[in-house]
Amino acid sequence: MFNFRTSLGQAEFENPIFTASGCAGSGKELAQFFDLTELGAVVTKSIMLKARSGRATPRMAETPSGMLNSIGLQGPGIDLFLEKDIPWLREQGARIVVSIAGESVEDYAILARKLRAVQGISALEVNISCPNVENRGQVFACQPATARAAIEAVRRNIGGDLPIIAKLTPDVTSIVEIAEEVVAAGADALALINTVLGMVIDINTMRPKLAGKTGGLSGPAIRPIAVRAIYQVHEALPNVKILGMGGVASGRDALELILAGASAVSVGTATFGNPTAVIKIKEELQNELIAHGFDSLREAVGYAHRKEVNL
Amino acid sequence: MMGINKNASQVIAEIVSNKKVGAYHHMVFAVGELAKFAKPGNFVAIAVGGESSSMVLRRAFAIYRAFDRGTNGGLLEIVVAPHGAGSTWLTNQSVGFKVDLIAPLGTAFGIPTEPIRALLVGGGYGSAPLFGLSEVLKNRGCRVDMVLGASTAMKIYAPLDGKRSVSSLTITTEDGTTGITGKVTDVLPGIIETNQIDIIYSCGPMGMLEAINQIAAELGVVHQCAVEEAMACGIGVCMTCVLPIRGEDGEIRMVRSCIDGPVVDGSSVIWGSKRQIPEGTWGAN
Repeated sequence: MFNFRTSLGQAEFENPIFTASGCAGSGKELAQFFDLTELGAVVTKSIMLKARSGRATPRMAETPSGMLNSIGLQGPGIDLFLEKDIPWLREQGARIVVSIAGESVEDYAILARKLRAVQGISALEVNISCPNVENRGQVFACQPATARAAIEAVRRNIGGDLPIIAKLTPDVTSIVEIAEEVVAAGADALALINTVLGMVIDINTMRPKLAGKTGGLSGPAIRPIAVRAIYQVHEALPNVKILGMGGVASGRDALELILAGASAVSVGTATFGNPTAVIKIKEELQNELIAHGFDSLREAVGYAHRKEVNL
Repeated sequence: MMGINKNASQVIAEIVSNKKVGAYHHMVFAVGELAKFAKPGNFVAIAVGGESSSMVLRRAFAIYRAFDRGTNGGLLEIVVAPHGAGSTWLTNQSVGFKVDLIAPLGTAFGIPTEPIRALLVGGGYGSAPLFGLSEVLKNRGCRVDMVLGASTAMKIYAPLDGKRSVSSLTITTEDGTTGITGKVTDVLPGIIETNQIDIIYSCGPMGMLEAINQIAAELGVVHQCAVEEAMACGIGVCMTCVLPIRGEDGEIRMVRSCIDGPVVDGSSVIWGSKRQIPEGTWGAN
């Protein structure tokens, strides 16, 4: 019997295929196509303290093997989210990873306090790839000190043993340095990678296509960046569990991230092209693992790092 | 805010017909049972480019007509303008080819319970969903007038059998290659007054819908329009196709045109807000 179970920090999951933050709506939309309990976990959109309209349109540009998005974290704010989205997901029996995002260190602290007593949450993903309004809009995850401060604020306020997964951006000189910093600050696991900052210029208007000018690049175009980041971080921090993501569209792709060091894999952009992509990927991944001779998912995690053995 | 269309499902659909009509392609897909749930205004989302395509997003098309043929399986028809790589790929596929298709998606045109006077206005291939709508309205005893406009004659989509369901058809082209030279909005006020129009249904580019909405507002006519926003997923998860709409509670929210639209009440849209969030929008910062 193949063992598909995995864990991130203290949290155990039936299988390693999750949705990606901001790519699964409220869960209701995907539930039209499959049962959410099929997923390892539903990762919610990154929720902020207050309601956000998000950015103006155009918010999206398709690019070769990917897309650029500039949503601006549109959402209802934590209170409405806890009142509406979470109870619904709980009713479905889905495993829930709540993603949070803040504009200041204090935001992260308050969000953690609001979530600490909420039932039915398996883990917290802390999206620190947001502009810090207290630091000239610099992204938290881009500097060790601010990345650390955001994670510390969550750690101090979350209480109990709800695992904290720090989500990092690849847009840094050394992702390993940031990873080490957030782990020291109390992150139990890491989510790698967020989108890669990009831009498309419309050659008809001869201006940036997106209203927000820049956007996050996702999809298969960024997969090698994800594999590289996961590989480097797993090498430096082999005991820290990684939720991998970045352009996974098939079981083969998911296996690549797992071999690099991911213990679970989130699927984002592939869901936009195919609402049942997560189910397809889950089935394909299990088949790939078995075909490669693994008896469990755990054996495959980081397998690309094994020492050369001369026979 | 609404939820996803409860009848939406994903099917592998065979192309049973693909014919060039003017600047467009009229395509028919065998979709099985879901055809019976399709209503005028709903749309389909089709994966393009094949398995190893570099195009990762679905393409959305308004449903032109739907036929429920019981156990023989249903048909969905769309009209495709091959203007980008995805739509061009789709129109290049032959009969017998199978595509991954999700339908029906989005909201439908509201159908009046009374036999009122309706004016249907379409821009370019935006006329497609209006023919199915005109049949439904006619069956309800409504008088249906239609105005179709485009830049040039090749871009007017007005099939013969479609024309039969309307009491009058007025065509405008900007270059004068057919019909009246000008835009649909040049002829609307006259038709609205002469035929004592109660409601306008429209589909086409956003600029046209905005201009129609202004006329509707000035003349006190109800206006339902099918909006056209760039979509990535079509099923409400990507949050890219949003537009500002004033809800019944008075709040302006950025709502998804794939879920709360494409058919919306024209008077609820905060028009002209491309590239900016209207002041006072819920959650604006």
